[in-house]
Amino acid sequence: MSHSRFVYVTFIRSTPEKIWDALTRPQFQKQYWFGMHIDSDFKAGSPWSLQFEDGRVADEGEVLEADPPRRLVISWRHQMRPELTAEGEARASFDIEPAEGSVKLTVIHDIDREGSKLIEAVSGGWPSILSSLKSLLETGEPLVRPSGG
Amino acid sequence: MDAVFKALADPSRRELLDRLHAKSGQSLGELCEGLQMTRQAVTKHLTILEEANLVATVRRGREKLHYLNPVPIHEIAIRWIGKYQPGPLQALAELKTSLEKPDHEP
Repeated sequence: MSHSRFVYVTFIRSTPEKIWDALTRPQFQKQYWFGMHIDSDFKAGSPWSLQFEDGRVADEGEVLEADPPRRLVISWRHQMRPELTAEGEARASFDIEPAEGSVKLTVIHDIDREGSKLIEAVSGGWPSILSSLKSLLETGEPLVRPSGG
Repeated sequence: MDAVFKALADPSRRELLDRLHAKSGQSLGELCEGLQMTRQAVTKHLTILEEANLVATVRRGREKLHYLNPVPIHEIAIRWIGKYQPGPLQALAELKTSLEKPDHEP
C-alpha cells in the first residue's frame, strides 16, 4: 500500500496521565501549540478541530480511538491550504508508554498516498510542538517558537 | 544528549540517516541496498541510532520500518541556536505591530 508517514518520538520525564492531559486540554495545548488549541471532548466518535486564537480552523477530523492515558488516534483533514485539503483524510496517532523513568510519546502522522504534501507540511511543525510540550511538562515553561510560520 | 552525539560521530551512521532523510520508512533490506556495509554492521548502527532516538521503528506485519526521528536534532538546534533568534524575531514582531497600527504609533 502506498502511503506517506512521519514518525516522531520523544521521551518526557513525566507521567502518562500528565501527557494525556497536555494533549487533550486546551489550557495546556495553548502553551505548547503556539497559542492554538483543539476543541474536542476526545471521546471515540467525537469531532475535533485545531483552532487559532481568532477561531479560524487549521485542521479538523474525528476521534477514532481514545484509550486514556495510553493511545489516541484521530482522523485529520487540513482546512487552510486547498491543495493540502484535496489530498483527503490523514491520520495522527499518539502512543504513550512508560519507559525507564520517563514516558515515551510516539506521534505518527500518515496518509494513504505517496509523496504527500500534507505530511511534508506537518513534518516541520511536529518537532517544535513536541519539544515545546516536553519543555512544558519537564520545566513548567514552553519554548519560544524558534522560527515563524 | 551524549547518546545523540556519539551516534552522530560516525560517518556510516550519518550515511544511514541521510538515506532515511531522503526516504523515511525503509526496511533493513532497503537500507542495505547499495551500501558497502554488511547487513550485520547496518543492524548494529541502526541499534545505536535507535538507542539515541535518532531513528524510530514501526512494525507493519513482518516488516520493521525505520524512520528518521527529527526530535533530538531539533532539541540540539533550539538549545544552541534558539537563543540567537528570539531577539531579531521579537524586534520584527514589534516592528510589524507598530507598522500595522492605523496611526503608525511607535
